[in-house]
Amino acid sequence: MTDAHLNEEAPIVELRDISKRFVKRLDLAGKLARKLGVDIEEEVVHAVDNVSLSIFDGEVVGLVGESGCGKSTLGRIVAGVYQPSNGQVYVRGNLIKDMSSTAARDAALNIQMIFQDPMSSLNPRLRVIDIVGEAPVVHGVVHRRDVEEHVSQTMLRVGLDPDFIRRYPHQFSGGQRQRIGIARALAVNPEFLVCDESVAALDVSIQAQVLNLFMKLRKELNLTYLFISHDLGVVEHLSDRVVIMYLGRVVEVATTEALFTSPKHPYTQALLAEVPRVDSRRRRFKPVQGEIPSPLDPPTGCHFHPRCPHAIETCAREQPELREIVGGRLVACHLAEPTSAD
Amino acid sequence: MNTNGSRPTLQVSHLQTSFMTKVGEVKAVNDVSFSVHPGQVLGLVGESGSGKTVTGFSIMGLLDHPGRIIGGEIQFRGENLVGATKKRWQQLRGSQIAMVFQDPMMTLNPVLRIDTQMIEAIRAHEFVSRKEARQRARDALGQVGIPSPDERLKAYPHQFSGGMRQRVSIAIALLNKPDLIIADEPTTALDVTIQAQILHEAQKLCQETGTALIWITHDLSVIAGLADDVAVMYAGRIVEYGEVDNVLDHPLHPYTHGLIGSVPSRNRRGSPLHQIPGMTPSLLNLPQGCAFRTRCPQASDICATVPDVSEPRGSGRLIRCHTPMLLTESITELSGMFAT
Repeated sequence: MTDAHLNEEAPIVELRDISKRFVKRLDLAGKLARKLGVDIEEEVVHAVDNVSLSIFDGEVVGLVGESGCGKSTLGRIVAGVYQPSNGQVYVRGNLIKDMSSTAARDAALNIQMIFQDPMSSLNPRLRVIDIVGEAPVVHGVVHRRDVEEHVSQTMLRVGLDPDFIRRYPHQFSGGQRQRIGIARALAVNPEFLVCDESVAALDVSIQAQVLNLFMKLRKELNLTYLFISHDLGVVEHLSDRVVIMYLGRVVEVATTEALFTSPKHPYTQALLAEVPRVDSRRRRFKPVQGEIPSPLDPPTGCHFHPRCPHAIETCAREQPELREIVGGRLVACHLAEPTSAD
Repeated sequence: MNTNGSRPTLQVSHLQTSFMTKVGEVKAVNDVSFSVHPGQVLGLVGESGSGKTVTGFSIMGLLDHPGRIIGGEIQFRGENLVGATKKRWQQLRGSQIAMVFQDPMMTLNPVLRIDTQMIEAIRAHEFVSRKEARQRARDALGQVGIPSPDERLKAYPHQFSGGMRQRVSIAIALLNKPDLIIADEPTTALDVTIQAQILHEAQKLCQETGTALIWITHDLSVIAGLADDVAVMYAGRIVEYGEVDNVLDHPLHPYTHGLIGSVPSRNRRGSPLHQIPGMTPSLLNLPQGCAFRTRCPQASDICATVPDVSEPRGSGRLIRCHTPMLLTESITELSGMFAT
């Protein structure tokens, strides 16, 4: 992505021109109507639209956007849950599609996912030992007779008492359940975690505990994260680099420091201005007007132009390219001028 | 605290609400006192299960069996609402006291058009013509920033987006120009840009109409931007109460202190967040004495008795703690306490 990285080893995950479309197929009545000459189209949502992104070893990349911007879809493509409609996914420089089935399986095993709601992502009828221990046994990471030891070790690592190994998910509190979800991801010794809103459902004090755990694990295991969240405060705290998405497209990529001190894209600026902070008191809220448009029928040109305070006539016509304005800083805006590093 | 010299719109004193369950009495709200003045915003902050929503429901008279108010007073413009008749509640609710819920679909009927619902809400409390009621409904929609209110009146709730729906439910709360609005996590489910729009409307409303507002939330940063006073709840009790600047800049209760330290913020990027060890106790078997004792870094033997409400140095702040943080020290100086 940036020049500085070109000479180093291949990124752990690289996405090139990834798009994902979801199509709502016509029902029988719709098909009949179309046969009879009525003008009905299948509804297509461009959840992710031509996104390129590289993530390097040991990095924490924050992926931020509002609901419906495609951030979860992109996370699932990285984790291998969804296949992209267009574009290529490279893992350590190798194209996933060209890999042998064993190599592809190992690559997928290396990237694990942690979900938002621990209650709906844990099987309520399995005990912790089975939830956490199933995958490592199946994939031959540990032998079946060593699984109890392995699960105990993993539980200790995420701050759970190994005495609870035979309990069911409902016997744990929300924060502990999220730790089970993390233990399950770690049990197969991955290098890369995709965290999809993993702390959004937790109370503030519990959220702090889980965020601290993420940072501890990163140090201990040299993990790489793609951290998806709508909460800019959390992302700012955790990430090295931040990617901002709006309606399926990446609008800005920058290091956390640069992004939070001088956001370049008008949407990023609006987002940052509206984040409530503990240290800003009785402020005047001056919100950006308008709603997030429907991804079924996004605006032409730059998706943000109907809400943008700086929009010019070109913005409605042409889609701005994501281009580099300073080293490592990418912005998709017609009005962003290349500047010297600040 | 900012009293403006006026009579408080709402004064809650020593409110106690319990749920009599089969396994025992759950003291959801325990000896809670606060007041709100016209045009003032009170933030009620707490984590899940701290009793903040039940406090709101008690004021609205919305408690269902097995919950009931077992003590204290709720003085609304000089009238005690505890023990008010059902008829009196019906007169008050929706006209002088209104509530906005987290999920707007709790307020809106999915099978009725917006205008039907709004006109009904006006005509339930006042004898006005349908036409006039419609005009007022239209104005209320305009007031909360809904574009082309005339057309939107004819829409059904499902035709609105989440943020718009929340605005409609706020517009309904505004219809009869209430003296008090209780907003229970109204922006928690919304996106950042939409949340800012709603906060903007709420702020404008209080300044323009003098409505008193109680904003219930778990999000300290929203309170920081919006409220004048803040009350922090823990396990059914208010543990700290005072002006927003005082409480957030110099928290005295160890729980408030820990809570503020848990919020990720700019100046401590990458460093471990201060975490409060353990988790919220069950309201069924609270620890003896101070409920926060088992998680508190400052706890001593004296904490086994329930701490009284005290007022440190006459600054108008109330705390409930035997071993408060020192007033002179700021957050950064004390930040090492919660680090692990």
